[in-house]
Amino acid sequence: MSIRTDLDIIQQWIAPESRVLDLACGDGTLLKSLRQHKQVEGYGLEIDPDKITHAIANSINVVETNLNKGLSQFPDNSFDIVVMTQALQVMRYPHLVLEEMLRIGKECIVTFPNFGNWRARTSLLIHGRMPVTKQLTYQWYDTPNIHFCTVNDFEALCDEKKIRIIHKEFVAERIPDKQIKGIWPNLFSDTAIYLLSK
Amino acid sequence: MSDIFPENSVGLVTPEVVHFDDPLELACGRTLHNYQLMVETYGELNSNKSNAILICHALSGHHHAAGYHSVDDKKPGWWENHIGPGKPFDTNQFFIVCPNNLGGCHGSTGPSSINPETGKPWGVDFPPLRARDWVQSQAKLADRLGIQQWAAVVGGSLGGMQAMRWALEYPDRIRHAIVIASAMKLSAQNIAFNEIARNAIKSDPDFRDGHFLEGNTLPRNGLALARMIGHVTYLSDELMGNKFGRELRSGSFQQGQDTPIEFQVESYLRHQGDAFSSNFDANTYLLMTKALDYFDLAREYGNDPVKAFGHALCDFLVVSFSTDWRFAPERSQEIVKALIDANKNVSYAAIDSNLGHDAFLLPNERYEQILTAYMSRVASEATHSKKTTISTEGSL
Repeated sequence: MSIRTDLDIIQQWIAPESRVLDLACGDGTLLKSLRQHKQVEGYGLEIDPDKITHAIANSINVVETNLNKGLSQFPDNSFDIVVMTQALQVMRYPHLVLEEMLRIGKECIVTFPNFGNWRARTSLLIHGRMPVTKQLTYQWYDTPNIHFCTVNDFEALCDEKKIRIIHKEFVAERIPDKQIKGIWPNLFSDTAIYLLSK
Repeated sequence: MSDIFPENSVGLVTPEVVHFDDPLELACGRTLHNYQLMVETYGELNSNKSNAILICHALSGHHHAAGYHSVDDKKPGWWENHIGPGKPFDTNQFFIVCPNNLGGCHGSTGPSSINPETGKPWGVDFPPLRARDWVQSQAKLADRLGIQQWAAVVGGSLGGMQAMRWALEYPDRIRHAIVIASAMKLSAQNIAFNEIARNAIKSDPDFRDGHFLEGNTLPRNGLALARMIGHVTYLSDELMGNKFGRELRSGSFQQGQDTPIEFQVESYLRHQGDAFSSNFDANTYLLMTKALDYFDLAREYGNDPVKAFGHALCDFLVVSFSTDWRFAPERSQEIVKALIDANKNVSYAAIDSNLGHDAFLLPNERYEQILTAYMSRVASEATHSKKTTISTEGSL
């Protein structure tokens, strides 16, 4: 079974034998794959008890951590790359987490669901209800996603914080989004993936 | 046997005495010319001897970690919750070894043993021990059992300190260290509690400067008091509140009554103290608490834990409990930080529990899941090469 498309792209951006910190690592799928294919050394941080158990069973280094309490235990530039997939929107202060990632890592990879996708937009426009789509499956009241952003929002934040965007990629799985996402990523991509540095 | 003991218990076990005649040079500079360790083992050592787990006990622990010594035993070993068939330390997969530490009072050479030079009990003259002395004696035990490398060394509290010391002293003889509710060194508050406990013992007239065995006395009151102090620090405020509240065991607050009032918690503590003082040696208590106080993982590595752990070759699992204020989660997080900075493999779980420091001994679903998940990894490594089990009965 192949891992998620965004994880495939991330994998291409990580140099072999890098020291990787994976924030909100889940069951350790990415780190496990990176260890197999890129011989990285790495640690995952996670808060969900079941995911931690799975990561341990996956032989991943997983450290129970509440990312909202900061990452001061990690020295500056102590990792080659700090990754956070699909978790920025769950953070209490996404911009502070991003700053911490850039302090700890020489480079960072961030992926997030693009709330600017036309499906989300039309859901709100036509139905007048908060979007519940294949990507965004929660109801407004029980969603862990408390800080949604669009591709344009994210780039505006990078601009404001003087964060350098080294690479970006957009993922869309459905038709026609898949074919035209490159033309207008903010409208057609499901997931945005950024490689960043200070 | 299964109809007498629970099915997931190792059942009836018999401890064995292992004698050593080669001298053990201790950290204090003195030498024990011969000594013995009281040891229990559970499960079977595989043919390539790759599935052995060393369990290191804590301050008041001993070799009897699991199972029952007789059908009349009311209580099983101290880690019965975690050791046994199908339990996190699965005796169907692992050969588990638990010695009583040197200096202990449950059959291993210690202050209540006879000093061969004087023909009298050692008492306070027994050499002071450090965690490294225990580790060294455990390594000799491994040699005796033909175990070149432990699949894992496991311990809670003072036992976790031994597991960490193992990782530094014998890096190539340990594949995993499981460090539970432990610390790289005690805090001043911790040392203070230990000193109060020691003073309680020493101020009992029956202590007789440590030579109570010669005088045929036992400092029961002092030891009971020491245990009561210790016990309070092993529990959480929340647990004591839930367990005892302000319930009375006897007496009443009604006006006009002068019967003495006793709270449940008072009676409980007294019972704990009394039970402990009748089967624990006061000099062992002093020795163990001193070893705890002196323990400082990084002292000889320039007080740099990263440098210390730089010597380790094994992988680590670190576990802490939320209401443990004697070995607080922050102490475990310091261990984890040092391990990450030293680029060592480490996983860390912070278990939610209202049971205080004692949580490491007690049932907790998540704790068991974490241990089970980690041990499945240890087991898969241990069985990389095909194993055939052999009986180890009498192999000590």
